[in-house]
Amino acid sequence: MDLIDLTVSEAAQLIRKRETSSHDLVRACLDRIRAVDATVGAFVDVYEKDALSEAHAADNRIAEGGAARALEGVPVAVKDNLCVTGRPVTCSSKILKGFIAPYTATVIERLREAGAILIGRTNMDEFAMGSSTETSCYGLTRNPWDTGRVPGGSSGGSVAAVAAREAPASLGSDTGGSIRQPAALCGVAGLKPTYGYVSRYGLVAFASSLDQIGPIARSVRDIAVLLEIIGGHDPRDSTSVKRPAENLVSSLGGKIENLRIGVPKEYFVEGMDPEVKEAIRAALEKMQSAGATIVDVSLPHTEYAVATYYVIATAEASSNLARYDGVQYGYRAPHPTDLLDMYQRTKSEGFGAEVKRRIMLGTYVLSSGYYDAYYLKAQKVRTLLKKDFEDAFKLCDVIATPASPTAAFKVGEKVADPLQMYLSDIFTISVNLAGVPAISVPCGFTSNTLPIGLQLIGRHFGEGTLLKVAHAYESMTDWHKKQPKV
Amino acid sequence: MAITRKDVEYVARLARIQLSEEEKEQFTAQLTRIVEYVAKLKELDTENVEPTAHVLPLRNVMRPDEVRPSIDRDSVLKLAPKAAEGFYKVPQVIE
Repeated sequence: MDLIDLTVSEAAQLIRKRETSSHDLVRACLDRIRAVDATVGAFVDVYEKDALSEAHAADNRIAEGGAARALEGVPVAVKDNLCVTGRPVTCSSKILKGFIAPYTATVIERLREAGAILIGRTNMDEFAMGSSTETSCYGLTRNPWDTGRVPGGSSGGSVAAVAAREAPASLGSDTGGSIRQPAALCGVAGLKPTYGYVSRYGLVAFASSLDQIGPIARSVRDIAVLLEIIGGHDPRDSTSVKRPAENLVSSLGGKIENLRIGVPKEYFVEGMDPEVKEAIRAALEKMQSAGATIVDVSLPHTEYAVATYYVIATAEASSNLARYDGVQYGYRAPHPTDLLDMYQRTKSEGFGAEVKRRIMLGTYVLSSGYYDAYYLKAQKVRTLLKKDFEDAFKLCDVIATPASPTAAFKVGEKVADPLQMYLSDIFTISVNLAGVPAISVPCGFTSNTLPIGLQLIGRHFGEGTLLKVAHAYESMTDWHKKQPKV
Repeated sequence: MAITRKDVEYVARLARIQLSEEEKEQFTAQLTRIVEYVAKLKELDTENVEPTAHVLPLRNVMRPDEVRPSIDRDSVLKLAPKAAEGFYKVPQVIE
């Protein structure tokens, strides 16, 4: 078996047993990056020298009989919105070019404490605003299954890197589907945890009531391994919830008999690709054959989710991004005539079109005279969307839907029409508004060999059950083992 | 409800973003379409619904007020486009 094909769990075990070395694995990933990343464009920075020296240290540690940690010597890629002391972090935006993080994100600290090695940072839509990774200041990331198509977004780089075997796993962030939608479009597993499960300390903020960090990998087991490591309370993020530690990995492998899988009728409506619909239907049948009960549920306010999201997320973004004013860090427009000129030109020159559009929309819905009509209204509809899930979960344990209404679309296809781009997140957005966890796992291919993703949604802090169902489905199929041609 | 070019100019000023003539034109059309789509929310009766700002039942999370180390000033000021004598430097504010 090729080293680049190893999952995180397999790699960690082989390194621990000294059947392979961290150095060989990291070298294999670096060679793979060198071979394919000019085409894929997943990485904006590769930490070759440091990764190799950390791999050497991990191998020494094991050779000396040191206790191998869970991710000892395993390389991981991280999205360009996570801070690592001494490393640039830019959110793939010109406005943060040259910014060096003065502190390290909690999730990165935890990965390192578990022995993981950072191999590089990955491309994303500018400030995580987008569904195609086309708004990055560094240029495109391409879908490893068809390089004429987008990888999805905004964590397109993190997902493409895992799909193209450039890294066994990565971290992304998900505000409205930014982990799950690209995971679906690239044929890998990606999880958005419950709001409050993972500390966001060191994640550059986009929409604070929605943002979560989550893992991307090629197996559900890896997702569980990574979530166990990055999850849990952190005093530096007051929204991270204090809960007893969970053993997610050991709950995998259990039977899914007696579990009820809810299918919301509102997710099977017009606009869905018939091949996607068929793949989801087949996946439900598979889970039924394993003993799960399929039940009809309703999430009646689904059609209002995209509108609600684009009010709340842009309002929060307009506030969070006000800090990029050229004073404390990042880009400052040259030769300002006065303070106002400095602010206005810094933002004008530093931000790309989509970020400006969202700041404008967010500022508009918060402005005097429109606050009640848009922002307060959206917050009330959010309550209804949240209640939809509470009601549905009285009838079922997990909800199954498509992760995206279509497979990967073509590069450039939706760039000119922001509303069409927003609607590509139609199946992932409600989950962030309700704060529940959800995972996308591969569940088939279209006739032109593009991956299709199944989204499974759990109760608040229901990650254990969610991962158990996802793992049971995965172990009955081999979609996750298929490899792109790139 | 249509967004006018004047609205776009007003909001851009609030957001402290300078827009080109082309951007003003583009945003007027695009934001109109988006706001028209968002107006869909008006179909719902939310008279007796409480707003959700945040899905967790958290309020005013406190920590002990203890002195602890923080990032040192110099390493933060090093990131500033302009700094002098321990301060951020910006164009003159008061004449």
